Amino acid sequence: MSTETALRPPTVDRLGALLASQPLPESSPWAAVNALREQAQTALGALAMPTLRDEAWRFTDLAPLHRLTFQPVVAASRLQPADIAPFALDDTACRLVFVDGVYAPQLSGPANEGEVVVTDLPTAMDTHGAAMKAQLGSQQALGDNVFAALNTAFLQDAAVVVVPRDVVLTAPVHLLFVATQAGALSHPRCLVLAETGSRMTLVEDYVALQDAAYLVNPVTELVLSDHAQVTHVRVQRDGPQAFHIANCAVSVGRSANYRSVSVAMGAQLSRYHLQVVLGEGAECAVDGLALLAGSQLADTHSFIDHRQPHGTSRQLHKCIADGNSHAVFNGKVVVRPGAQHTDSAQSSRNLLLSGRAQVDTQPQLEIFADDVKCTHGATIGQLDAEEVFYLQSRGLTDSAARKLLTYAFGAEIIERIAAGSLKNQLQQRMLAQTGSHP
Amino acid sequence: MINPNSPVLLEVHGLCASVNGIDILKGLDLTVRRGEVHAIMGPNGSGKSTFAKVLAGHTAYEVTAGTVHFEGQDLLSLPPEARALAGMFLGFQYPIEIPGVANSQFLRLSYNTLQAQRGREELDPLEFDDFVREKMKLLEMSPDFLDRSVNEGFSGGEKKRNEILQMALLEPRLAILDETDSGLDIDALRIVSQGVNQLITPNNAVVLVTHYQRLLNYIVPDFVHVMEAGRIIKTGKKELALELEKRGYDWVGAEHAAAGGARTREVSA
Repeated sequence: MSTETALRPPTVDRLGALLASQPLPESSPWAAVNALREQAQTALGALAMPTLRDEAWRFTDLAPLHRLTFQPVVAASRLQPADIAPFALDDTACRLVFVDGVYAPQLSGPANEGEVVVTDLPTAMDTHGAAMKAQLGSQQALGDNVFAALNTAFLQDAAVVVVPRDVVLTAPVHLLFVATQAGALSHPRCLVLAETGSRMTLVEDYVALQDAAYLVNPVTELVLSDHAQVTHVRVQRDGPQAFHIANCAVSVGRSANYRSVSVAMGAQLSRYHLQVVLGEGAECAVDGLALLAGSQLADTHSFIDHRQPHGTSRQLHKCIADGNSHAVFNGKVVVRPGAQHTDSAQSSRNLLLSGRAQVDTQPQLEIFADDVKCTHGATIGQLDAEEVFYLQSRGLTDSAARKLLTYAFGAEIIERIAAGSLKNQLQQRMLAQTGSHP
Repeated sequence: MINPNSPVLLEVHGLCASVNGIDILKGLDLTVRRGEVHAIMGPNGSGKSTFAKVLAGHTAYEVTAGTVHFEGQDLLSLPPEARALAGMFLGFQYPIEIPGVANSQFLRLSYNTLQAQRGREELDPLEFDDFVREKMKLLEMSPDFLDRSVNEGFSGGEKKRNEILQMALLEPRLAILDETDSGLDIDALRIVSQGVNQLITPNNAVVLVTHYQRLLNYIVPDFVHVMEAGRIIKTGKKELALELEKRGYDWVGAEHAAAGGARTREVSA
């Protein structure tokens, strides 16, 4: 035993090393924010960076991240609207832009839409202090997560959306996070409060105007009150050298409905951890697509928690892995004792386009109630020969047929995106990446 | 329409094919001329669908002997897409669903691919929309089918109509329709058959692969062939189909064996 220990490399305090280069933020004028930070800083003292020996990280090696150092950006961005025009969506109600983690009011607007609040954290603290204090950092799902704790420990600003009771916002709210500086470390934060009976669509969008390495560490909290309906579109189209480690916690109230589509197509290493807690009669549909090539790694962990009876959850997660890329999916669905009449279906479908690509998928179902309907399954495969033949028999070459089918495999998820112009942008990107031209 | 002077479209000689090492086709002969409608009938497992797929170039089937010429060209040396370009069309027994690709996209891509390779004008989405809607009327298809994903959630009958729609768009010289009648109710059968009938000209030909005579009430064949154990063992006119409907297939096999069928097989293989 002692020999084995000796053979292991000495334990390195990766978290300490990362923190050493990070000056703590200046004291906030709001006690609630300071309290949250202190709580998180204390929590960090008991946490460590995950390694391959941690079950939840066994396929995702953070070593490339630890070889680099990152610095927070404090200066306000000088970007002009024209610089981010390629990412503009023409059908949104409001847009909030953060550049390297710093709010960019000159790129954002309009401030609010009717009664709906779409703003930065300082403004929200002034106008909705009580709600902010009650809800910010309130998701227990984020408790023992080192990256979420890091985000909170460095909490400066946040994108805040509040949709008042029974208000229906038809056009999407666009939260755009732009990376521009090499080596930047940012901790984007989103808080979305959908009050009783309200409806909205949120687009959370990570983009880059650079090819260098940087680290983005977002935390998103969504609170859906009873009967609220939120559609959440999340797009990670970070730069090719980026590291993206994201956590999202969603609380879905009684008879509320949460639908999300998350797409991971950028970054050299990305991780998305989504936790959804369902109340009585609540519904969620959680879909995802990872489109990977080169030596990219994308890891999606999801946890759907049926805590009350009559909940419904649907999940379709797809990965397309080309080149040397590596896709990881771990989807857990838990049905708690008493969550009778739960209806849950989960499917993980994976397409390997290269002999060197790798997919690790692990659907997990834990049921502690006896009157439920739950299914789950996973497939990993190559393109279906019958499908290729069908297209060839209609005049397409083998190569064109394969490209079209690859596109189609991903398009099934992209199709579910409620924001038209974003859907278009992603379809075009997929067409370019798969080389298809339907 | 039978015209012995009409040019030969398809000439199959002694065709043998296997899948996973199992011989399915064992010396099949068939000649199809322009303007003709052929029906290939036969019991399950006789090799009808295999024959259709081998003609279209499915790579799972290995051709072990024999020749196939299409308008004088060696068909077996061509990949499936080149066969489509040459004017061959296979209507699938089980059309493939392609979620994520709109039917209109797929139809236009297929149409334009062949148009471009034939040196003809491609159509932009708007032009194609007008063009395809005209063709859809032929099959009493709702325009909704353009916006839905290819065959996804289509009923059996809707999938078959979509196959014939593709035939109408691609205007093949030879259409092989593999059990186009299966899964159709009586109204859908009538509509699909009328669609096919309107596409038949003196310049093209249709080979219907079917189990049942009822399709042939709507699309009247010039020749009816009976397949058994990988070969065509009897050829007749449309009346043969009625006789098969009444008497089944067993008597054909018995008659063939009595006439020295085994010897014929050796010669042709």
